[in-house]
Amino acid sequence: MEGSSVTKADIALELKGITKRFPGVVANDSISFQLKRGEIHALLGENGAGKSTLMSIVFGLYQPDEGEIYVNGQKVLIDSPNKAIDLGIGMVHQHFKLVEPFTVTENIILGMEPKKGMKIDIRGASQQVKKLSEQYRLDVDPMGTIESISVGMQQRVEIIKTLYRGADILIFDEPTAVLTPQEVSELLDIMRRLVAEGKSIILITHKLKEIMEIADTCTIIRRGKVVESVEVAKTNPQELAEKMVGKAVNFKTEKEPAKPDGILLEVKDLVVEGGKGKNAVDGLSFSVRAGEIVGIAGVDGNGQTELIEAITGMRSIKSGEIIMQGKSITNQSPKAVSEGGISHIPQDRHKHGLVLDFTVSENIILQTYDHPQLNERGFINMKARDEMAARLVREFDVRTSGIDTKVRSMSGGNQQKVIIAREIDKNPQVLIAAQPTRGLDVGAIEFVHKQLISQRDQGKAVLLVSFELEEILNVADRILVLFGGQILGETTPESTNDQQLGLMMAGKREGEGAHE
Amino acid sequence: MNNKILDIFRRESAVIPVVSIIIGLLLGAIIMLIGGYDPLLAYDSLVAKIFGSSYDFGEALRTIVPLVMCGLAVAIAFRAGLFNIGVDGQIIMGSLGALIVGTKLSLPPLLHALAAIIFGGILGGLWGALIGYIKAKRGINEVITSIMFNFIALYLSHYLIRNFMPQAGTQRSAMIQESASIQIGWLSQLMGGARIHWGFLITIIAVIFYHIYLNKTKWGYELRAVGFNPDAAQYAGMKVSGVIVRTMFISGVFGGLVGTFEVLGVFKYIAINSVTSGLGFDGIAVALLGGNTALGVLLSGMLIGALTYGSQGMSFGADVPGEIIRMVIGFIIFFVAAPGIVKLFFRPLTNKMKKKV
Repeated sequence: MEGSSVTKADIALELKGITKRFPGVVANDSISFQLKRGEIHALLGENGAGKSTLMSIVFGLYQPDEGEIYVNGQKVLIDSPNKAIDLGIGMVHQHFKLVEPFTVTENIILGMEPKKGMKIDIRGASQQVKKLSEQYRLDVDPMGTIESISVGMQQRVEIIKTLYRGADILIFDEPTAVLTPQEVSELLDIMRRLVAEGKSIILITHKLKEIMEIADTCTIIRRGKVVESVEVAKTNPQELAEKMVGKAVNFKTEKEPAKPDGILLEVKDLVVEGGKGKNAVDGLSFSVRAGEIVGIAGVDGNGQTELIEAITGMRSIKSGEIIMQGKSITNQSPKAVSEGGISHIPQDRHKHGLVLDFTVSENIILQTYDHPQLNERGFINMKARDEMAARLVREFDVRTSGIDTKVRSMSGGNQQKVIIAREIDKNPQVLIAAQPTRGLDVGAIEFVHKQLISQRDQGKAVLLVSFELEEILNVADRILVLFGGQILGETTPESTNDQQLGLMMAGKREGEGAHE
Repeated sequence: MNNKILDIFRRESAVIPVVSIIIGLLLGAIIMLIGGYDPLLAYDSLVAKIFGSSYDFGEALRTIVPLVMCGLAVAIAFRAGLFNIGVDGQIIMGSLGALIVGTKLSLPPLLHALAAIIFGGILGGLWGALIGYIKAKRGINEVITSIMFNFIALYLSHYLIRNFMPQAGTQRSAMIQESASIQIGWLSQLMGGARIHWGFLITIIAVIFYHIYLNKTKWGYELRAVGFNPDAAQYAGMKVSGVIVRTMFISGVFGGLVGTFEVLGVFKYIAINSVTSGLGFDGIAVALLGGNTALGVLLSGMLIGALTYGSQGMSFGADVPGEIIRMVIGFIIFFVAAPGIVKLFFRPLTNKMKKKV
């Protein structure tokens, strides 16, 4: 066995032959791997490969059907998250589990409040939080409320939460998905410090760049099985990606130069109110031509959501104008905008893009159910609906056990394919894609990007809003940087790079960065 | 075909209610044993009461009809993500509508009854739609408004009856004219005077309507989309507020029809009571047990109606207080609402099955 060179005491966590079956699928098929003490071990795999199931088993949310778990060499039965915490396993969830109006300290002690007589000892707790924060240089204010701190800070609160509970093994579930580039590099530093202090880390991700940068070992999982555990130093991103997907992968999205034509979508002096009386979009003007992809780069929360909602009719605008093919569509209903030729791939596919408890075919007709081809005097033509769904499932290669499958049970990539199929099949003039590859794996990202480019090549106008620099640089023909509700600059992928773009996203105008 | 039927029962949605019913009846039996009663005799006399005579069978049906309708009223709101606990108020509005048309208008027999039913149904529907409107336009929680509207409806009915349709010297309204009655005279006579009325037929139509509307039409599709995920429905361009108002209207019509049945088919008048009938709350139990599907609501309405009516037999035949049955119904609802507990009961069973496979 490979583990023979390491002594037992060096292994913080070991899984042996973990198998977990769900009705119809084997989510984990005899998975084994070892987490050495003081290492960062990446768990790489596509969506639906079984990473999350495996970690849910380690964290006590599921029971394995077969297999054994060893913590520090001891065989253990983890039948609840509390048990996992007792064993020193902590999880930093992708979606934070925090109470927004509570302070940092209150969130951290939630569920195990230290008592002083009848009272909760907030002061003592906050001192302890402060100590942890200083020890790992997390820079968290123990008395700040969650709603008043940034997403990156909230994640650090989650980290302290696990440390406060005495975690030695930390599981990070897609930790960088919600972070800005600057926050990502800070997080990686924090992880390095954690390891230096003797913690062991499991990093669930599908971002190869991060694995290359920080992980010591990488276990690749495909379709519920371990493909291989490799030392990161001895591999490269291309090799990792191929092992994960099971075939050769093309990183650089191939595309011809754009051939922009007439203006299809124009936004003039747009002002949209956000919450609390501030203007979330503050005097924006830009246009998107037929046959080009305009990328809107920017850190989350700089007006992207409000801009898209204003264009798609979800949010009323304060002033300005939105013009589609020469006609004003300002303040029209979402229905009218959609029928007018704008398709929209929403940022939050679970909340806005899909009805998760509907089947594939029910989701396919979410906007077109009242069109003549599907609607006969109020009755939905089930045959036409199912034919349409079957055709789109085929054309867009949606992997599903059938069109009657509930979308909830499908992987993120396939859910996104359902949305893209629906939106593109409407044959729009303008396609708005917000974070279209969020949480998707390499294979699915490639697919989405190809679809966007093929829409462009068919003479559609594509507006791509993304927080991922790589995506913007790879796919867009023209880049607008959004900061504080305004466009801070315009550039092209050829004339910029991710560092320059990163600085602009942080609010520094072109050329300003040099002064620092 | 055989497989299909089996599939229906294999689904968790059917297993949990069936197991809950069995557990509920067993717990009822245990309580009877503790109280020194004979549960076998009690359940036997319960069944005997329902099927004992054609009169009893007819009256059991009469008990079932409003429960199924109320179940539908609650269920359709549930499916749109709304909790209509104002069915009681909608029933009152429906019965008021039927009473007004039944006492004040003079029309030929069939037409009179029809007008009274339609007017009552619409009045109940509008009462429901009003709750929906306040929810959709002002965002006020329908649970709060609907329960307040129950009281408004109750006291409005007292006011109207006392001032415009009183029966001198009694605590009830005047009787409706015979031309507005929906009792089926020949069937009633055949069944020993049981109060059988056309509402029975309307209920069957309502169950079928519910199934088709929800699963086959574009309005039902919108309703379910809004119920599952109003955000996505709105993003897709659906008018969520319109769906809410429309759904509450239909829910209110179901409730209102119950009111018209009670006035036109059973009592012929409205008694001035200090509380609402409570049928709407039974409807919540029916909808919950029936999983908000047409067939489920029909079956669970039949079960709860039969248990309720049969409980009278228990006190006669086995000297067991009828309240025991209310407890049994309570147990059943408890277990349906807490499926995790039911799963505990048959976890060993499913484990065994898995090992065999």
